[in-house]
Amino acid sequence: MAGRKRPPRRQGAAGWLFVSPTIVVLGLFLLVPVLMALWVSFSDWSGVGSPLSSGVKFVGTKNYQQLLSGGSLAETNFGTSLRNNAWYVVFVVPIQTAVALLLAVLVNRQVLRGRGFFRTAFYFPSVTSSVAITVLWLFLFSTTGAVNKALSFIGVHGPNWFNDPDGIVHLALRLFGVDRGPAALTGHTALGVSWWDWFAGPSVAMSAFIMMAVFTTSGTFMLLFIAALQNLSSEVQEAAMMDGANGWQRFWRITLPQLRPTLFTVLTLGLIGTWQVFDQIYTGTRGAPDNTTVTPSYLSYTTAFGSQQWGQGAAIAFILFVIIVVLTLVQRSVLRERAVSKRRMRLYDPARLTGAAATTAKETSR
Amino acid sequence: MTSTPLADRIGTGAPEPDSKAPPPARAGRHRALMPASIVLYVALIAIAVIYVLPFLINVVTAFKTEPDATANPLALPVNWTTAAFHTLFTNSDFPTWVKNSFIVAVFVTAGRVFFDSLAGYALARLDFRGRNVVFALLVAVMAVPSVVLMIPKFLVLNQFGMYDSYAGMIIPLLVDAAGVFIMKNFFESIPRSVEEQASIDGAGTFRVFWSIVLPMARPALVTIIILSFQGSWNELPHFIISTQSPGLTTLTKGVASLASGQLSSGNQYPIKLAAAAIMTIPVAVLFFVFQKRIMNSSDGAVKE
Repeated sequence: MAGRKRPPRRQGAAGWLFVSPTIVVLGLFLLVPVLMALWVSFSDWSGVGSPLSSGVKFVGTKNYQQLLSGGSLAETNFGTSLRNNAWYVVFVVPIQTAVALLLAVLVNRQVLRGRGFFRTAFYFPSVTSSVAITVLWLFLFSTTGAVNKALSFIGVHGPNWFNDPDGIVHLALRLFGVDRGPAALTGHTALGVSWWDWFAGPSVAMSAFIMMAVFTTSGTFMLLFIAALQNLSSEVQEAAMMDGANGWQRFWRITLPQLRPTLFTVLTLGLIGTWQVFDQIYTGTRGAPDNTTVTPSYLSYTTAFGSQQWGQGAAIAFILFVIIVVLTLVQRSVLRERAVSKRRMRLYDPARLTGAAATTAKETSR
Repeated sequence: MTSTPLADRIGTGAPEPDSKAPPPARAGRHRALMPASIVLYVALIAIAVIYVLPFLINVVTAFKTEPDATANPLALPVNWTTAAFHTLFTNSDFPTWVKNSFIVAVFVTAGRVFFDSLAGYALARLDFRGRNVVFALLVAVMAVPSVVLMIPKFLVLNQFGMYDSYAGMIIPLLVDAAGVFIMKNFFESIPRSVEEQASIDGAGTFRVFWSIVLPMARPALVTIIILSFQGSWNELPHFIISTQSPGLTTLTKGVASLASGQLSSGNQYPIKLAAAAIMTIPVAVLFFVFQKRIMNSSDGAVKE
C-alpha cells in the first residue's frame, strides 16, 4: 500500500511544475488584465494615469446601460456591430467546418494521385497572414478587380464589393419585389437597430470577408480532421465494409461519430474565432461601408483607443465575452445530447454494435 | 478514410505513400470505382484552382505597374517590373518589419512547442490535485476575446516596464491555451501502455514525457509548430498595443498601415501585393518543410 501512495504524490508535484509556465503567462497576461478590464468597464477611467488610482470612480453599470439601452448613438453602433458579426458567424462556422471536413476526407483517401499537391493547395491560404490576405482580398474584390473581371466573362456585372452596404437577404428579397419591410419589422427596434435591419443579412462587403474567412481557415481545420482521421482504427471500417456498408454509410455511421471530439474542437475554435474578427476590419474596411463591417471587437478598439471612452470599450468587450461563453456552452450541450441518443440507437442495432463499442470506449477513456 | 491497416503503411516505410501501387487484393475494387474517381479528381482540381489562383494573381500583380494592375487584373503584366520590390526594400521600413517579425516568431514558436506540450501532457495524464480547475480555467481563457485584453494588456505591460520592447512583444505570447488544448487531446489519444512500461522501468515523469511521449507526439507537435509560427507571424492586435516605435513595427502592423494607404497617392496595388507576397514566404517555406510529416503520422507504436 505504501508503494501505491508514492507515485500520486510525485505526479502531483510534476503536474503543477508542468503547468506552471502556462499558469504564470496566462495568469499575468490574461487573467490579471481581464480583471483590470472588468474594473475599467465599471469605472469612469479616462485613459490618463493608472485605472487603479484613487481619482477613478466606480460608476456602476452606466457603461453597460449606454450600450444596451437609452437610444444613444453608442447603442445603435453596438447593435449594428452585433448584427454584422452574428451574420458573419452564422455563415462562416458551418461552411468552414463542412469545407474542412470535406477536404480532409477527400485528401485522406487511400488511393489518390497528387495528394501532396492538393493538400498543399488547400492548406496554403491558412499559412498566410490575415493582413496579407486582406490586402490581396481588397485587390481581388475591388470594383475593377479580378473577381468582377471573372464575373464579366460569364456576363455578370459584379457588385461594388467593399463599397456595397446592402444586406444580401435584403437584396434577395428585392428580387421578389420586396423593397422595404413590413411596418411590424421596421417599426420596432432592438439595440437601436430596426428588426428589418437585423434581418438584412451580411452586407455585400461583409460577404467578401465571409468568403475570405472560409478560404483562410478551412485548411487549418482540415489538418485537425486529417490528424483525427489517421488516428481512427481501420478495423471498424473494414468490419463495416465486410458488412456491405458503402462509403457514404461508413462516413455518416462510422467515421463521423468517431470524429466527434475533433468536430467539437473545430466548432468551438470556429465559434470563438469568428466572434473576434478584428485584423481584417482593421486592415481592410475599418468598418465601412455604412458601418456594415464594424464588429464588436473592432468597435471596442475604436471606442477605447480612438474616442477615449475606455469604460464603454471594455464593456463592449465583456458583453462579447459573455456572448462567446454562452454560445460555446449551448453548442457543447447540443453536441452532447446528440452523442447520447445516437449511441443509444446503435446499441439496439446489432449490426452497428462494433461501431458503438468503439465510440463508447473512446468516450469513456476521456 | 483509411482502408488498409496503419501498420501496413508504417511497415513499408515508404516516404511517399501515394507513389506506391495499390495492393493487389484491392485492384478489382479500384477498377470498379473508376467513374467515381474521375468525379473526385475533377472536384479536387476545381477546388484547388479556387485555392491557388488568388496567390498567382497576387505574385503576378506585384510585378505590374500600377495602371496595368488596375486595368488588367487577370492578365499577365504588359511589362514585367520589379519597381514595387525596389521601393519596399530601399525606400521604406520594410526590412525592419521583416527582422522584427522573425525575432518574435522564432521565440514564440520555441516557447509554445515546449510549454504547450508540457501543460497538455500534465492535463491529459498526470494525476494532480486541481487538475480539473486548471483545465476549466484554460477553457475559460480560450474563450476570452483577445480584444478584451487590448486595453488592460497595454496597462500591464506598462506596469512591468515592458511596453515598447521585444519582451513585451514576446512573453505574453509564449503560451497559448488552444495549443495546450490540442496537445491534451492528442496525448489522450495515445495508448497509456508505452508510458506505463517506462514508469515500471523506473523512468521519472519528466523523462517519460521527454524521451517517450514527446517523440510519439510528433504529428501534434508539427501542428503546434505550424500554428504557433503562423499565429505569431499573423498576430496584429498584440503588436498594435505593445509597441509604438517604428523600430519595433512588425510586418503585420507595417503592411496594415500600407493597406490603409498612409504612404501616398494612388491605389499602390503592386507595392501592397509585393509586401503581402514577401510576408507569405517564410510561413510557406515552413509549411513545405513540414508537410510530409503532417501526413505520415508516426502513431501506432502500440496497436491494440
